[in-house]
Amino acid sequence: MSFQQVKFYQTGTLTVGNRLLDEALRTVQATTDRSNSLDSGHRACQGCGEALGARYALDAAMRATDNQLIATNATGCLEVFTTPYPESAWRIPWIHSLFGNAPAVATGIAAAMRVKGRQDVRVVAQGGDGGTTDIGFGCLSGMFERNDDVLYICYDNQAYMNTGVQRSSATPGAARTATTQALGEEPGADFAKGKNVPLIAMAHNIPYVATASVDRLHDLEAKVEKAMSLHGARYIQVFVPCPLGWGSKPADTIKVARLAVESGLWPLFEAEHGEVVSVTEIRRQVPVSDYLKLQRRFAHVLGNERQLARVQAVADANIRRFGLIKGQGV
Amino acid sequence: MKAKPFAITLDVGSSLLNKTGSWRTERPVYLDRIPPCNNACPAGENIQGWLAHAQAGAYEKAWQELMRDNPMPAVHGRVCYHPCENHCNRIEVDSSVSIHAVERFLGDLALQQGWKIRVDAPPSGHRIMVVGAGPSGLSAAYHLTRMGHSVEIFEAGPMAGGMMHFGIPAYRLPRAELDREIARIQDIGVRMAFNHKVQDVVAEKEAGQFDAVFVAVGAHLSKRVDIPARDAGKIFDAVSFLREASAGQAPTLGRRVAIYGGGNTAMDAARTAKRLGAEEALIIYRRDREHMPAHPSEADEAIEEGVKINWLRTIKEIDQSKIQVEVMQINAEGYPEPTGQFETLEADTLILALGQDTDTGFLQQVPGIEFKRDGTVVVDANMMTGHAGIFAGGDMVPSERTVTVAVGHGKMAARHIDAYLSGEQYVKTEKHPLASFDSLHIHYLTEASQRLEDHLNPNSRLYGFDEVVRGLSESEAAYEAKRCFSCGNCFECDGCFGACPEHAIIKLGPGMRYRYDYNLCTGCAVCFEQCPCHAIDMIPEPGV
Repeated sequence: MSFQQVKFYQTGTLTVGNRLLDEALRTVQATTDRSNSLDSGHRACQGCGEALGARYALDAAMRATDNQLIATNATGCLEVFTTPYPESAWRIPWIHSLFGNAPAVATGIAAAMRVKGRQDVRVVAQGGDGGTTDIGFGCLSGMFERNDDVLYICYDNQAYMNTGVQRSSATPGAARTATTQALGEEPGADFAKGKNVPLIAMAHNIPYVATASVDRLHDLEAKVEKAMSLHGARYIQVFVPCPLGWGSKPADTIKVARLAVESGLWPLFEAEHGEVVSVTEIRRQVPVSDYLKLQRRFAHVLGNERQLARVQAVADANIRRFGLIKGQGV
Repeated sequence: MKAKPFAITLDVGSSLLNKTGSWRTERPVYLDRIPPCNNACPAGENIQGWLAHAQAGAYEKAWQELMRDNPMPAVHGRVCYHPCENHCNRIEVDSSVSIHAVERFLGDLALQQGWKIRVDAPPSGHRIMVVGAGPSGLSAAYHLTRMGHSVEIFEAGPMAGGMMHFGIPAYRLPRAELDREIARIQDIGVRMAFNHKVQDVVAEKEAGQFDAVFVAVGAHLSKRVDIPARDAGKIFDAVSFLREASAGQAPTLGRRVAIYGGGNTAMDAARTAKRLGAEEALIIYRRDREHMPAHPSEADEAIEEGVKINWLRTIKEIDQSKIQVEVMQINAEGYPEPTGQFETLEADTLILALGQDTDTGFLQQVPGIEFKRDGTVVVDANMMTGHAGIFAGGDMVPSERTVTVAVGHGKMAARHIDAYLSGEQYVKTEKHPLASFDSLHIHYLTEASQRLEDHLNPNSRLYGFDEVVRGLSESEAAYEAKRCFSCGNCFECDGCFGACPEHAIIKLGPGMRYRYDYNLCTGCAVCFEQCPCHAIDMIPEPGV
């Protein structure tokens, strides 16, 4: 990442700002003139991770494009809590059409801008994991395959939260949702199901794919900035805890995201043209139970050694696969 | 009315009309807590405050902040036993911030750069007499002068500094730094009269038309013990020995020097004896290391220099070149008790370092002043003796006897004297609650081990009185300062500002911190969890 490392201070460059850091090198979120693309008064729940993730990503994209940005939005919490007709919490040009077609709408806008000769105006499409990994997946794959000049940002809270916490193809194994109850031999969601859209995006050989988390702001902003410096289809999946759907305390939103990263369950990496080019290493590894115990959706796992071991195995596999701990990759 | 697009029936609205603050059942509030270092400092320094300036490289600002409470940072960076570091929350993570080393760096830099102190207060017209130019008297004089009062110090000895000059050896406190820090106190207008022993405080107060007096004569009388001696060799008391050694007039020692006692003075005497050419310096102490009053670093440095310590021994009898000692053991209550076993140690000189008493006889005649059985003077919470207008502090009042405590007494006395002169009572500002380690959210901390100060090689130490501990370089001092957690006080990391999902926090700019917009804050407490130093608390929403 291209940011100055301030060491030996309590927070270094790991938090939002730092008075010892050069102004130019602080995060967008540390500045009073950040665009607040998603402004106050939205109706997201207390401690909403998605509201944070969307502001972080879009404010960074706004800075990177000198405020020449248009966003499309899939149906989902993000659309519902920001834009109950006729009011809006968005302070950028923003369009909503359907649940499944945000990538296609973005493709159209990008084409229109090209025709109008407005190369300066850039396009971002965004949606939750349901609108991205399930319902909008066809349009998304098409947008990737055509290498349209769009950055697609998926805010991943691992289920359909807006409609009452139903399982999506991004729901992790063992998680309790309204449709994967914590009952029977294998309580919660199946381990064998679901899809890893960042890896699928990489298989499209597009210029840029990254994962990010709301607890790593410098990392997240650097990835958005990098994505906006490139053209063609780009994809970033941001990990955004959902206090309501996950049964975590609103206060713990960023903490939960941090533990997902530190346990290895949410690997942070960047890929260009189908190849992983950088990974963000785990600072202090924690057992997955540290992450699980803050969430009621995993309450049954803590007393179930076999399931706990399976969740740990997922984290261990990520650590091996992406080399998240020095000397432990392949 | 403007025509609306097809199928649009309502005007565009903004979410800003939603007052999401109405959801709240708890609210975050910014607050300040007292960091454990500040809380532990006997001189009442705002350690966290000056470290914050040092972190930013604003060394003069850091030094000025330090000087608000302590006029002698170069001295304290060397001789203070830094209780601040023993209480530093960073100990729970790796090791404490080396506060004393940063203080010494700032103190030395100030001397090197010739930074000056300004007296901003207008002259008050009050005159104050200080008896004794030791750390306590100097500190009181300094603070009173900065408050606008006119101060005169009467010192019985030939120069200022007290025990800093006559007790602490030069290898711990080089005289150049000491003298220059004292000179700086004189520079702001403190007058000092040397070789002036005050016998009658009340008469001198009247003769000099002083409005108040601060007495701080220290404790210079070595305690004595009766030891049966058949044919005693040389016996000295540690205070006189150290005083003469520092004046370059040390008595001739034998080849083997025994020191009786386990405090810092005993360590100083043993190390000084080694430097004066004694082949052997052996300490005899009746308790063990765990129960010694000496600071562990002093004992360690003494041992490095070849001083031998005989723990759990009391002297029974001395002969020309032999000392008979009895072996002791620590009983269940932690006290030493005799075992009936005896040993003989070879020594031809004995230095007694069994503690000091204070010579307060000259105050006996002053009406109202009361004394403890050991001669120390009783003072009230305002540092005033039983005689109105006469205050006392330092080693001569019941307390721990260190330079820093003495300097703290001087500052405290100055505040009370200032209030007394205007017929008021000094009211201490109430302390904030303590910022404990458990209350911090240190998840973002970066590991950083302490930078240790270099020590002079033990072999070359014994050739003279060169300073043993070397200071830190600028980059090392800046590094140490940056290890501070800023426990309990906002240091503007923007953690809350960035973490608020509602954008309900208003950033007020450098040095001004933040403010909540309670119309918007939903009370989710993400900011509280993100605040690394616990400068935010969640309180129940009023009326809920």
